[in-house]
Amino acid sequence: MNTQPEPQSFAFDEIAEPLVAAAIGKYPAGKQMSAVKTLLDIAQRQMGRTTGSAWLPRAAMDSVAKRLGVPPIRVYEIATFYTMFNTKPVGKYHLQVCTTTPCWLRGSDDIVAACKHATGIEHFGASSADGVFTLTEVECLGACVNAPILQVNDDYYEDLDAARTEALLQDLKAGKPQPPAGSLGGRASSAPASGQTTLLPASGSAE
Amino acid sequence: MAKLTIDGIEVEVPNGSSVIQAAEAAGIEIPRFCYHERLSVAGNCRMCLVEIEKMPPKPVASCGMPVADGMVVHTDTEMVRKGRRGVMEFLLINHPLDCPICDQGGECDLQDEAVSYGRDASRYAEQKRAVSQPDWGPLVKTTMTRCIHCTRCVRFTTEVAGVAEIGGTYRGENTQISTYVEKALSSELSGNIIDLCPVGALTSKPYAFTARPWELRKTDSVDVLDALGTNIRVDARGAEVLRILPRLNDEVNEEWLGDKSRFAVDGLKRRRLDRPWLRENGKLRAASWEEAFAAIASRIKAAAPEKIGAIAGDLCDAESMLALKECLTALGSANLDCRQDGAVFDASRRAFYLFNTTIAGIEEADALLIIGGNPRHEAPVLNARIRKRWLAGGFAAGLVGEAGELTYPVERLGAGPEALRALADGTHPFAEVLKAAQRPMIILGAAALARPDGAALHAAAWKLAAQYNALRADWHGFNVLHHAAARVGGLDLGFLPGAGGKSTTAMLNGGVDVLWLLGADELDIKAIGANTFVIYQGHHGDAGAARADVILPGAAYTEKHGTYVNTEGRVQQGFAAVLPPGDAREDWTIIRALSAYLGHALPYDTLEQLRTHLAASYPVFGQPFARLAGNDATAPAGDGAALAAAPLKPVYANYYQTDVISRASPTMAACVAAHSPAQAEAAE
Ligand code: SF4
Ligand code: FES
Ligand code: FES
Repeated sequence: MNTQPEPQSFAFDEIAEPLVAAAIGKYPAGKQMSAVKTLLDIAQRQMGRTTGSAWLPRAAMDSVAKRLGVPPIRVYEIATFYTMFNTKPVGKYHLQVCTTTPCWLRGSDDIVAACKHATGIEHFGASSADGVFTLTEVECLGACVNAPILQVNDDYYEDLDAARTEALLQDLKAGKPQPPAGSLGGRASSAPASGQTTLLPASGSAE
Repeated sequence: MAKLTIDGIEVEVPNGSSVIQAAEAAGIEIPRFCYHERLSVAGNCRMCLVEIEKMPPKPVASCGMPVADGMVVHTDTEMVRKGRRGVMEFLLINHPLDCPICDQGGECDLQDEAVSYGRDASRYAEQKRAVSQPDWGPLVKTTMTRCIHCTRCVRFTTEVAGVAEIGGTYRGENTQISTYVEKALSSELSGNIIDLCPVGALTSKPYAFTARPWELRKTDSVDVLDALGTNIRVDARGAEVLRILPRLNDEVNEEWLGDKSRFAVDGLKRRRLDRPWLRENGKLRAASWEEAFAAIASRIKAAAPEKIGAIAGDLCDAESMLALKECLTALGSANLDCRQDGAVFDASRRAFYLFNTTIAGIEEADALLIIGGNPRHEAPVLNARIRKRWLAGGFAAGLVGEAGELTYPVERLGAGPEALRALADGTHPFAEVLKAAQRPMIILGAAALARPDGAALHAAAWKLAAQYNALRADWHGFNVLHHAAARVGGLDLGFLPGAGGKSTTAMLNGGVDVLWLLGADELDIKAIGANTFVIYQGHHGDAGAARADVILPGAAYTEKHGTYVNTEGRVQQGFAAVLPPGDAREDWTIIRALSAYLGHALPYDTLEQLRTHLAASYPVFGQPFARLAGNDATAPAGDGAALAAAPLKPVYANYYQTDVISRASPTMAACVAAHSPAQAEAAE
């Protein structure tokens, strides 16, 4: 949550430890730095698991640096470069709305407005008063076929409109579990939205 | 070797060189911001574009393009000019137009290149980005809005200084060169990033808004705040030294300068002795030269010659030491010592007290044993050389003593001399490293020599060098790392106890009746006998002056022509940049005048005569620098077995305040406060 204080210390817990060891083990001696992004991800998830806010406090980055035997600044560089790493606390649900052209053409402005309306958040980068949501604007999520897209934590919700977004967020706010990822418009994968157009049952075919 | 043609000029350069280097060899300058010959290649500014024939028809960044045989390069075609103009336009999109209030103005690469490649007006109507100005401590001022992300500062601190604290954080439009966690830079070489920064993003904090480069008078000199003899340029305006910058000397400092040497200049303006002083009824009062000389003469005439002594401090030039030595000799005294730290060791051969491997020679070594020194504090630029050697690979370093963190891995072999014994009898694992090395070197910190068992350590270190084959005709691996700029010069001209003469320790505690301190402040002042008449000749009101009965105001290193011999035995001369303040005089002239007053006029009236005399009496002062061969293995006197058990401590607990100049410097005090608040409090 946004008000979460900067923790003074961080240590990988028993769930994270084996993952860390496995990640480092993938690289030859002297090249442990290659595991930096994996370790940062493990640390961020541990924060999410244990504090409800998946972010990377300085102490976590420092312990990654220590683990890899590199100066902390090398880790800060990486953590700040990638938008997937949160260097500030985020809500339990991190809402990442795509506003790149395909999504925008398909109505991402409405999605943004719905997110703001449902959560009470006023601008990108902010969190809701209850600390449950953080809203971020992102570039193309690579799922343009089912635009517009909203990413909630690890999951993509596709084929959105204002009403579906509002309903999704109200459910989350009410404490309901996240629905399965994918199209909320009822189609399977990226099949045509208006129904099948090819491989239709044979009709009027040659005698 | 590869042969290529650049703008019609044929050059031959080693394979693996880049096109920009080849152009340099051909005498063609290519504009650059990120490329620097002593740093790794980043290739991110794109200013160095050139056109190469038979390559895809687009401009190529010459700093990252390796040469190939038969290459034909053009550095001034329409395509190149257009490309560079485009790069410049992009760089200027976010660069503020604040040259009038920017300290880099007049010595800014971006400004200079904009003259050739800039447009007269901007086509960019949008908002420029702004970046916060982090606090990097008392030395480096940041104005990151001006940063063009060349990453020279990042590469310097990571590669050369070995203290990785600066990085490129965030990305794209939001990129910031920062420490992320705001902090004072902790490298002793941090000031060099000011020189490296091609724009005004990093400037000198103490020098902010002080002067424009074209107002400065530039004088070549030699740094005296450590024993490296770093080549410097002293920039002065009027009577004031405003800043000190390094000069290029590949043999000594490459192009780096330690922070203390660079930033302690404000100490030159404070606590200065600008007139003679005389102690009367226990209180110092201002006096005239005549009164001061009269008081000295009456005391010297009353004293027995063997009860007169002189100690030379750490910042003295060779000329004044020679004059003082000859003055005392004329008075019949042999009580001389240039080792105010009380060190007593065999200085009968130069090889016993020089950094024989030489600074540049470090790059040839393949194993290093440091005994009792902390190169990072005692000679940060030399330490960078060791790091450079380590980075090149195939190099192992071990340390005996208690030095703090160095900037390369060292194996800690033990805190005290017992580790030396184990190395001598081969039982220590590091002995194998030394044995296997082709060119091992041993660095003995001067602090070790100042211990009561200094002579024993001296002999033991030499013996190790001999034992591990570091003393050969083609390799001299025995090194003493001094921290006092005057020391080697003093030893070279024999500013040492003569026959029957007293050493520093013997002159203290009433050993002499008249004690002449030539800029000597780093000794145990309290140990000077209560009835000893103390003449302090120097430039700062520090420990020595406080105890003095007569103060003779001398000149600081920026105010006199002086000869200094660095730790490797290199004789170098500095020129006076400004005049000494008030009534102060160049030191040798004071001694010359006083010698006449005492009736023993020294045989030189000009600096030239003195220097001729110096070179005639001590030929090393007239000879070009040459590395010593190590095949004379005659060991220094001293019983290598008589080692005490105490751990070997480095000289300085605090890098920033080590001498009268740096102790008078508010900037150095700010550094101490920033880095070790506890120490700063204790000093108050
Ligand atoms: S601060 Fe200066 S040296 Fe560092 S990246 Fe920016 S422009 Fe380059
Ligand atoms: S534009 Fe939104 S997913 Fe590609
Ligand atoms: S100097 Fe070549 S890209 Fe910067």
